[in-house]
Amino acid sequence: MPNRILTPTRRQTLALTAGGLIASLIGPRGGAQAAAGDTLTIAYNVNLPSFDPTVGPSAVNPTIQAIYRSVFDQYIGQKPNLAFEPGLLTAWGWNNDKTGIWMDVRPGVTWHDGSPFTPADIVWSFERAGKKETGNPIEFVWSTLGNFKVDGQRVTADMKQFDPTIFKWMAFLTAYVLPKDYFEKVGPEGFEKKPIGTGPYMVDAYQGNAFLRLKANPKYWGGKPAFETVVFKFVTDATSRVAELESGSSDLTLEIPYEEFDRLKAKPGLVGVATPISDIGMIFINSDGKLDKNVRLAAHHAIDKQAIVKRLLRGYGVPIDTLEAPEYEAFDPTIKVPYNPDQASKLLAAAGYSPQKPFKTTIQTTRGFKPKDYEMIQAIVGMWRKVGIEADIEVYEIAKHFELRTSHKLAPLAFYNWGNAIADPSTSTGHAMFGPSPHSSWKSKDLDAMIGPLWGEKDEAKRIAGYKAVDRYIAEQGYVIPLLQYVQPIVYKADLKVTPNVSGAMQPTLVTKKS
Amino acid sequence: MAIVTLFGVAVVVFLLLRVAPGDPVAMMIAPGASAHDIAELRARYGLDQPFLVQFGIWLDGILHGNFGTSISLRRNVLELLTERLPATLELAIVACAIAVLLGGATAIAGTLIRRTRGEAMIDAVNGLMLAVPDFVWALAFVLVLGVLWPVLPLSGRSDPSVDAALSTHFYLFESLITGRFGIARDTAAHMVMPALALALPLAAVIIRILKEALSEAMVQDYVLVARVKGMTELRLVAGEALRNAVGPTLALTGVQFTFLIGGTVIVERIFAYPGIGSMAIDAVINRDLPLIQGLVLVFGALFVLINLAIDAGVAALNPRLRHG
Repeated sequence: MPNRILTPTRRQTLALTAGGLIASLIGPRGGAQAAAGDTLTIAYNVNLPSFDPTVGPSAVNPTIQAIYRSVFDQYIGQKPNLAFEPGLLTAWGWNNDKTGIWMDVRPGVTWHDGSPFTPADIVWSFERAGKKETGNPIEFVWSTLGNFKVDGQRVTADMKQFDPTIFKWMAFLTAYVLPKDYFEKVGPEGFEKKPIGTGPYMVDAYQGNAFLRLKANPKYWGGKPAFETVVFKFVTDATSRVAELESGSSDLTLEIPYEEFDRLKAKPGLVGVATPISDIGMIFINSDGKLDKNVRLAAHHAIDKQAIVKRLLRGYGVPIDTLEAPEYEAFDPTIKVPYNPDQASKLLAAAGYSPQKPFKTTIQTTRGFKPKDYEMIQAIVGMWRKVGIEADIEVYEIAKHFELRTSHKLAPLAFYNWGNAIADPSTSTGHAMFGPSPHSSWKSKDLDAMIGPLWGEKDEAKRIAGYKAVDRYIAEQGYVIPLLQYVQPIVYKADLKVTPNVSGAMQPTLVTKKS
Repeated sequence: MAIVTLFGVAVVVFLLLRVAPGDPVAMMIAPGASAHDIAELRARYGLDQPFLVQFGIWLDGILHGNFGTSISLRRNVLELLTERLPATLELAIVACAIAVLLGGATAIAGTLIRRTRGEAMIDAVNGLMLAVPDFVWALAFVLVLGVLWPVLPLSGRSDPSVDAALSTHFYLFESLITGRFGIARDTAAHMVMPALALALPLAAVIIRILKEALSEAMVQDYVLVARVKGMTELRLVAGEALRNAVGPTLALTGVQFTFLIGGTVIVERIFAYPGIGSMAIDAVINRDLPLIQGLVLVFGALFVLINLAIDAGVAALNPRLRHG
């Protein structure tokens, strides 16, 4: 008998081995759990395609800016409420006749490799961004600057063409300062493999489509960050992000369905915050789409935006009537296009349409790209049907939308979203509605005559007032149907404190430990 | 023949991508870009050239080992593929191994207990495994093993806190060969759920085919003779009948393996597993033409190679095929 115990059979050995293997795999989770204390693990909703924040499609992807802002610094910083603040520039301004600009460069800053950051890095970053061959998608903005001169910590530049928003752009897409000497030494490919910046976090490890691990920059000019380590897990599937948080594998996640947001925030140990961000949902109207003024206005008056927000989005959204969200500079609360189905019916009757003899058209929409986008359009089509507009729904992908929009071939009505993290009216109403812009679907001379002069308006108060007038005119003419401002859901562990960012960029620097 | 097949794949994918909706350049246009800016961007990626010129440049590049540069990732396509393909291959091989072991063992068990309630239960479970697609299994595993009983990591290929520092991208195989069992354990733990999700539907196919083949073999004369000689039932099934029944199952498993690799596209996304499947989804969303072309060509090459391997394997197991 003792011999049988000491000498297991082949079958017993196999069973023991298999059992041990399974036990070792499903044993204590160890590192798989989000580490407490000095590590912040974020289940993030997008992948990081490229480390260079100034070139390629990722440079204009608003969601990725949170990662870029962790590693790099921008010329000018931006607070969570969209207000501007010193970044690598401590002060800035125009010369007297607004033909040039001056910028004071922050002293005492070092790159992640320990080398000093200098005004030459600023000049090189601007010049590189303004060259077509580097592939900067905002090159047309940066190329307006030239003839840079350095005097101590002050940099001056001439403006080839006046742009009232140039300083705002310095806190926006592609406005990151890269290390001149290091970049020239390692080249673009070397930089992708080992990027360095001046930002609060340094790149420690990266596995494409899986995770990015950052270490705190102990010499950061803005003070050492709250967490020693930050891990961005790239979990693009919303269900998996919910599971990441629920299982404790991640400390924070965002952009999950509102139903899941409500469920998770009610759970002990988790907290949820949902605040409006600089991203709006809207229906483009194609000026070639044969929608006359009465039909356009009727289509707008027939939509009960409040009901859509309440019933479809569980209250997470802010109805809007212009392309300016309340946080934007040119927001004018007096411009209203109220829900009024009776008025919509009257306008359609004036145009010769009714529920019995409806105006027939097509509306394009994404499906699953934004929360309840398709369902929202279904509801709107139902509202339109009641007053005399019959719209066929056509689903398209994001890439198709961009292609159709730039070639001015969108359907008569097309749903999409529009972000504007610098809150300037030129980057909302301006680019969305100015005829020559490849982004506008409505192209008409009357509107272009109003917007055109505002591009070069040097009096800021006059410029903002001008855009408010444009927004009012658009609402009166029904050139676009703004729907709602999106709300970003963020869920996190209760021992954290999170400051939501109106720009939607969930930067790790906005997360701290509760004391 | 394999080269002709791959050339055909190259032509079809190139043609389809050029006529499919979606402009890669349109995805890169920032607010304020003019028509001139867009035209310049298109020229930078060679998209302004005629179709045949674009195809000729691409084909010439492929023949010289240059798959082009990814538009969205801004890196050499071949470099990206060699980084990501090992992850998918490891996952697919582990899933296939699980399917073969699970399917083979269950088919043998089912044959041993044929015409009993146990066999009926195996058939019922097998039906369920066949009916439920891999991504549903994936979501079920996420819920059960990731959330309700959180014993396995939910996402990624390795723990972010672990510095793998491996010289190849075959994390599991290399760490096992070099004796770095901590990394092997971590990688295997990350692989369990996606591999199981991929394995279960394939295991179900193996069970059905192998069990059927075993049942047919069990009534053959040579099995009857072996039984008369006093061979145990287990040796009859696993020793005698299996040898003849395994051929068609192997051929089918090989074909299913290629579908399994295709199935990684969705499963990898659910588990944020960094293989070519998840990269393929991003490439399609971003209309990254060079990357999509490279990916499809790799899938095509894998399909051809696997089929060649199956033919060789079946020939090795079947003397009649081996000797003509």
